Amino acid sequence: MNNRMTALFENKHENILNIYFTAGYPNINDTVTIISELEKAGVDLIEVGIPYSDPLADGPTIQESGTVALKNGFTLKLLFEQIREARKTTTVPLILMGYVNQLMQYGIEKFVKECADSGVDGLIIPDLPPAVFERDYKELFAIHNLSFTFLVTPNTSDERIKMLDNLTTGFLYVVSSASITGAKSGISDEQVAYFERIKPLISSPKLIGFGISDNETFTTACSYAEGAIIGSAFIKMLSKDGVGGIASYIKSVRG
Amino acid sequence: MSKKYQVSSDGYYGDFGGAWVPEMLYKNVEELQANYLQIIESREFQEEFRTLLEEYCGRPTPLTYAARLSKEYNTHIFLKREDCNHTGSHKLNNAIGQILVAKRLGKKRIIAETGAGQHGVATATVCALMNLPCIVYMGEVDIARQQPNVKRMEMLGAEVRPALSGSRTLKDATNEAIRHWIANPDDYYLIGSAIGFHPYPDMVGRFQSIISEEIRAQLKAKTGKETPDAVIACVGGGSNAVGAFYHFLDDDSVRIIEAEAAGLGIDSGKSAATSILGTEGIIHGCRTLLMQTEDGQIVEPHSISAGLDYPGIGPLHAHLIKTGRAEVVPVTDQQALDAAFKLTRLEGIIPALESSHALAALDQLTFKPTDVVIVNVSGRGDKDMDTYMKAMKDGSTTH
Ligand SMILES: Cc1ncc(COP(=O)(O)O)c(C=O)c1O
Repeated sequence: MNNRMTALFENKHENILNIYFTAGYPNINDTVTIISELEKAGVDLIEVGIPYSDPLADGPTIQESGTVALKNGFTLKLLFEQIREARKTTTVPLILMGYVNQLMQYGIEKFVKECADSGVDGLIIPDLPPAVFERDYKELFAIHNLSFTFLVTPNTSDERIKMLDNLTTGFLYVVSSASITGAKSGISDEQVAYFERIKPLISSPKLIGFGISDNETFTTACSYAEGAIIGSAFIKMLSKDGVGGIASYIKSVRG
Repeated sequence: MSKKYQVSSDGYYGDFGGAWVPEMLYKNVEELQANYLQIIESREFQEEFRTLLEEYCGRPTPLTYAARLSKEYNTHIFLKREDCNHTGSHKLNNAIGQILVAKRLGKKRIIAETGAGQHGVATATVCALMNLPCIVYMGEVDIARQQPNVKRMEMLGAEVRPALSGSRTLKDATNEAIRHWIANPDDYYLIGSAIGFHPYPDMVGRFQSIISEEIRAQLKAKTGKETPDAVIACVGGGSNAVGAFYHFLDDDSVRIIEAEAAGLGIDSGKSAATSILGTEGIIHGCRTLLMQTEDGQIVEPHSISAGLDYPGIGPLHAHLIKTGRAEVVPVTDQQALDAAFKLTRLEGIIPALESSHALAALDQLTFKPTDVVIVNVSGRGDKDMDTYMKAMKDGSTTH
């Protein structure tokens, strides 16, 4: 079966909107509804966050949503059931974002296979080192036609960016500043200089994330990359307006 | 130095260790990995380090023959007196070592995590000494139960920031410190135990290894023999333990014994007995044994002692335990309290609650009357006086 994300990047090269939300939040059964509302609102790519007790790369907003989801009774078994359910109707590419300990406990091979079977197109595991991925799991991901996305940051060297660009089978996640998720908003001149510096080094699609929240930041990000990722701001909206607020929020971001 | 238990070039002890960090930390971790050995093996570093250990820390710390305790257990017990260090615990050995590394890397601000507050105090102390600003992350729960140390850190000029996420103890303080480092990559993260990503477990182990280096020399002077029959240490993350074990690991005749916090009991659901209840996984960038659910969610630990209240264990310890080199003794909150009072009444030494776990392990072990047993008294009990006073008042100790 074709990877939906690969198809997306073949057909669309600009203004790609990727929305991150935490599975099982605000309510345990909202996952499927949120996916379908996002699809209806015209989002290109959906990143489903797997709630985790110790999300090192995430700021307070995403941490808290994960804590709530875990209190709601979130499990990996339930997540895959929800993905299967969503896949009955949705054709939007879905990626999972989680931490390597969660995959290890589940069994990485079993996890990857379950992703492929349930209709996931890619994974982002920020604490799985690229060297370990390349040595132990690259082939496994290829067999299951599952993409793997690496992060690049303002501190990633040019040489390493090229290496990661070669290794990724999906897109590169361009972290906009030295920060955890949700830390800043707005895009500074310094960040623009960084986006311009890395542009010629990368041939894979790039999506800019961290600090993207509204039409202004989305539009700016899209002028330096194929698209952008919104996470914390979307979760804040959800906690205020609930699932009913999705359509108008996405509309406001698209402008 | 141990030959059999050296860390590999990519940071592993057998199956455990490594550097499982997000890309945001890659450059910092890489910088440390590439430089730490060269820095700490240089002669001028060693001279400065050794001088500070002697003139500032007060080393060597005594090796005390505990006559009445020995009689009680019908064996020969020596106490390694890390409680005699300036600031009250072994933590200062590591803080001195790392601040000297930080200086050589040109770092301008220091951050740390702390549980019992001993590492926070040690870090705040060396920052005052070196005139560097210092931020210490401490779980909100620990801030409440270790107030004297919070006050000390503040007096030393450090900023104590409460960790408000998760169980609000050491694990969460460590998460917050790592997040801080992601957002402030120019700072130096001065980690307090033999945990975390490579090279921290090895670096901390090297700085703490002064403990067993001294034990060997002191024991030789006192008994004519360099090696004891057993060394006992409590293990939170495992820094005082690695220090006490380090130079004995290759001596197969020396029993290596790790006292773990069993909280209200191994099966109570309220413990920090990591190696007994834990399974292999990743915590704070390190592959090791940790307490977690079958879904890989990290379990919130419990121990009466804030310094042992950690759901993981340093990777060297995981390896020593898995390969059978080390024995593990679980010690409950109550047993630790009782052991604290016993040592105080028999030897006139008030130990830290953490160290009391190592002392309590004596009740569960058998030694020959001729055996020589070392117990590492990692710290003193000043910070735990509230807990001790309460136990005295409500009669909840047998002593
Ligand atoms: C006196 C004392 N002993 C032991 C520990 C436990 O740490 P580690 O296992 O790293 O020695 C602590 C930690 O705060 C401590 O303060």
